[in-house]
Amino acid sequence: MKRPSRASNDVRVSDVWRKLGCVTDPELDESVTEMGFVTEVTIGGDGDVAVSFRLPTYWCSPNFAFMMGEDMRAKILELDWVRSARVVLGEHMYVDAINRGVNEGLSFREAFGEEATGNLDELRKTFLNKAFQWRQEALLSHLLNAGAAGSDVVEWTVGKLYDRETTIEAHGLIARYLDRRHIGGAFDDSSLAFVSIDGAPLSAMALPAYLRSIRRLRTNAEFNGALCRRLLVERFSTEPLTGCHS
Amino acid sequence: MYKARNGEEIFVIDGHTHFWDGSPANQKNVHGKQFIECFFNYHTGLSPKEELWPKEKFEKYDEKTLYDDLFVKGYVDIAILQPTYLNDFYVNGFNTTEQNSVLKKNHPDRFILNGSFDPRDGTKGIEYLHALKETYDIKGVKLYTAEWKGESKGYKLTDKESYRYLEWCEKLGIKNIHVHKGPTILPLNRDAFDVADVDDVATSFQNLNFIIEHCGLPRLDDFCWIATQETNVYGGLAVAIPFIHSRPAYFAHIISELLYWLGPDKLLFGSDYGIWTPKWIIDKFMAYELPKDVAAETGVKLDLEAKKKILGLNAARLYDIDIAAHKAKFGGEAKKEKALAGGWFR
Repeated sequence: MKRPSRASNDVRVSDVWRKLGCVTDPELDESVTEMGFVTEVTIGGDGDVAVSFRLPTYWCSPNFAFMMGEDMRAKILELDWVRSARVVLGEHMYVDAINRGVNEGLSFREAFGEEATGNLDELRKTFLNKAFQWRQEALLSHLLNAGAAGSDVVEWTVGKLYDRETTIEAHGLIARYLDRRHIGGAFDDSSLAFVSIDGAPLSAMALPAYLRSIRRLRTNAEFNGALCRRLLVERFSTEPLTGCHS
Repeated sequence: MYKARNGEEIFVIDGHTHFWDGSPANQKNVHGKQFIECFFNYHTGLSPKEELWPKEKFEKYDEKTLYDDLFVKGYVDIAILQPTYLNDFYVNGFNTTEQNSVLKKNHPDRFILNGSFDPRDGTKGIEYLHALKETYDIKGVKLYTAEWKGESKGYKLTDKESYRYLEWCEKLGIKNIHVHKGPTILPLNRDAFDVADVDDVATSFQNLNFIIEHCGLPRLDDFCWIATQETNVYGGLAVAIPFIHSRPAYFAHIISELLYWLGPDKLLFGSDYGIWTPKWIIDKFMAYELPKDVAAETGVKLDLEAKKKILGLNAARLYDIDIAAHKAKFGGEAKKEKALAGGWFR
């Protein structure tokens, strides 16, 4: 049961922004708030939340738009004072189907009917796997550049990652990576920090080649992110909003 | 022709150009309006400030503008016209083979005119492909696997109907298959950028070349992997190459990945005219050097030899262009034009 909350409207608004900040664009692995997709959060007196969002083009893949909408709504509903959440996409070719589907809790196929030939689970999984590799490569490259030896790093445990004294930048990379570490299998502090997508340990000798092969994944995602930011700015004649709303 | 610092003349083939009509008068519906606006956002988002066009010019430019931008100012020797029909959005189509054929007719040595097919058009489409071959002797086609058509929201090259069309291409000598795998035109849940279907058909049709336009950019990672394995898969650099100006660091990574996985013999320059004009892209590309750390990490080189291949030699090979003969012809023409224009032409 949802307990009544005396939190002020401002606090509630920043709660929602914080929750939205955890939702990523699956293709870019960047937060929807950082990307400037979310334009407005309003809250009714009884805990009815309404969120508006926009995308860089009229054609942006409806499947990813749908996923983002679903994820945003689910995140907002985790807040205990929220009674209802409505997430509304604007200026898109498929606004009607997406908004109806997301807010009525339909599956992608139910929302798009004959036009869709499958659901999004597999696509979601593909991009979670990619995100695991993007984040792992970013962290590993950072650690190696900072002077860590490849032969040591492949033996580090998750606990060791937490314990190391690090810069703010490294701390952010570690947090982002550990947030996806489960893709490589269930883990605790004593598990190897770095494993392949199948959960296998990495070999120090093969590490440069391994990094080479997953680096192109990150290059690609960063390129997409750069393109999307530019297009968003041009489309709405505005600099993207940042995540700072609290 | 671009004159390199060492005096060498570099033959330029622009592998990706358009002659479109996106004007309000030709727009059929809101999709047509949104489509040209999205193109315009690419233009304004990635062009240098001094190269920006007014929106009206961007919506519809004339033959002289295109000719000057490509061949007079833009170093281009030969341009490949890639059609984009979009008959559902535009009254007369956006950029059809028929529209483009006017340019070919007026300047036969300057243009390579490509056609298009859609495997969902059945037998009628096969007939149209024959007609394109007979009328224009096309050597290539441009395909949009993500294009919306009635109830269908896209197709795959591996569909049975696609095979039938590709078999006809092989028989008719239409050997260059340009496939748009890039920034989106109407993808639905089919992942329109998915390049896996290219892998399959490239193996099945060894006599055809598959040029993946925009290098599958939203999925560059997957594309590099496939292109490495197939000898007849190429990457078209349109949309990737303008990043040389706005995001040079990303461009360094992208071009080095492509050079590493595909090599300099498999990449084709394309300006994507009129989204971007070739002059500034080529100026920057010729002046460009890979950052030392990127070159060291990947072991690739973007030297004059590689640049020559990318700018023209690779496309000349795919389209059987005799560069020496063209150089001689264009050299003579340029002199004549120069005399006529009182030195205005360079």
